[in-house]
Amino acid sequence: MTSIGTGYDLANSIFSPDGRNFQVEYAVKAVENGGTSIGIRCKDGVVLAVEKVVTSKLLKQGANKRIATVDRHLGVVYSGMIPDGRHFIDRARDESRSWRDTFKTPIPTADLASRMGGYMQAYTLYQSVRPFGITAIVGGFDSELEAAVDGVVGSGPSVGAGGKAAGKKYGGPFLYMIEPSGLYWGYYGAATGKGRQAAKAELEKLDLGSGALSLLDAVKEAARIIYVAHDDNKDKEFELEMSWISGADGPTKGLHQEVPKALREEAERLAKKSLEDEDDDDEKKEDDKMQE
Amino acid sequence: MEFGNSGCLSEDGIHVDMDRLKKGEVNLGTSIMAVTFKDGVILGADSRTTTGAYIANRVTDKLTRVNDTIWCCRSGSAADTQAVADIVQYQLGLFAMMNGKPPTTQTAVSIFQDICYANKDRLSAGLIVAGWDERHGGQVYSIPLGGSLHKQSYAIGGSGSTYIYGFCDANWKEGMEEEDAVNFVKEALKEAIKWDGSSGGVIRMVVLTEKGADRHLYLPDTEYQVRHE
Repeated sequence: MTSIGTGYDLANSIFSPDGRNFQVEYAVKAVENGGTSIGIRCKDGVVLAVEKVVTSKLLKQGANKRIATVDRHLGVVYSGMIPDGRHFIDRARDESRSWRDTFKTPIPTADLASRMGGYMQAYTLYQSVRPFGITAIVGGFDSELEAAVDGVVGSGPSVGAGGKAAGKKYGGPFLYMIEPSGLYWGYYGAATGKGRQAAKAELEKLDLGSGALSLLDAVKEAARIIYVAHDDNKDKEFELEMSWISGADGPTKGLHQEVPKALREEAERLAKKSLEDEDDDDEKKEDDKMQE
Repeated sequence: MEFGNSGCLSEDGIHVDMDRLKKGEVNLGTSIMAVTFKDGVILGADSRTTTGAYIANRVTDKLTRVNDTIWCCRSGSAADTQAVADIVQYQLGLFAMMNGKPPTTQTAVSIFQDICYANKDRLSAGLIVAGWDERHGGQVYSIPLGGSLHKQSYAIGGSGSTYIYGFCDANWKEGMEEEDAVNFVKEALKEAIKWDGSSGGVIRMVVLTEKGADRHLYLPDTEYQVRHE
């Protein structure tokens, strides 16, 4: 970066003459060094996955979870500075709790993303703070059923409420990614961290927009993508952590939960197999060349 | 100023002091109701406001808008219920702007309930909240004195309601056509006005459906037969 040393990168809330906030750009650099996180939004749910790079052989396997549950139906995964992510999650939990207190109903995923986007953005404005060194992926399943009010007595007419707009669907799976600048977009597939380029390329191949991929397949794809994204970083060991959220009629009954061990291990087995097959293909091609 | 046993449950833990107005306070000795029907909800009310025996207003509007298709029927202290409705109207307006979509009836009732419960020892407000939204259709909730929240097919309230429990139970049908529902509300309120000394004047209604809010007015001059306005 040519502008380093000009002084415009020394604090938040100072623009460089060409309109950049360097502190935010440095925060993005912190994210780019973190373990890869991805999220997949498919037709009947959301999957979150993260590559946990093992920094010490003394760490207990499977402990030190990186994916957090923010509300019953909401999960968050992030890449970058882990303590920043922990604080982000604390705040997200506060936001979803206060939404419940006020409106007696779970916070929609879009509203949580909006609140947290606003929170991240505030940390780009002041001298006294630095931006978050994380990019967070927020996944949620907003209930497709009629919204209830917590604590209400009685159920209304047995014929159901009259005058509903016919043929409309509400709720469903949602996925957002929030960057250190506070920028957030909704995605079908999101990836961040060290292996994001490879992961994004794989996500694009899935054609998630068409809604053909099932949740179970998405779990397997997520595992495979994390393995592919890790491929460039082979010398370091890693653990795969995955969570998923389905609708009320799916395997998690609308809750954000860790993917069961058996399913995760099956997905990992398939992921490893697909990587080996690719390697074999490469070797064969090379063999062909030799024969020429 | 005397408050009586305001907000305290009596020995049996059930009966709440209903006569908790401060001296000289304007009372909505009232007949109010709200019903669900095929296409939405209808709110109805009489129009009498009293200060003791004196009728302070004979054409009161007890049906108050808090959002385009969420309204409430107010009973109890006029000042208290107006203040609560004003706060909720502000909150829902803010909600609609911030979220880019109208609030649901659930959102409205939970704000109403929060206020009524948090200030239960200071308020005398008996509210019926009814609303229509495209996701949930028409809904009726009642929030009586202590600040509890009840979802109902239809709700009646105010001093006049005591006289029409039997009428409503006998004549209520789920999923009525709009015309039948309007007639049900009108006949019930006519009965309440006939028997309750502190209910009277005109009958007002608001019909909330996909088409929005539609006001009805019926005058005693025509035996509440003709729809005015």
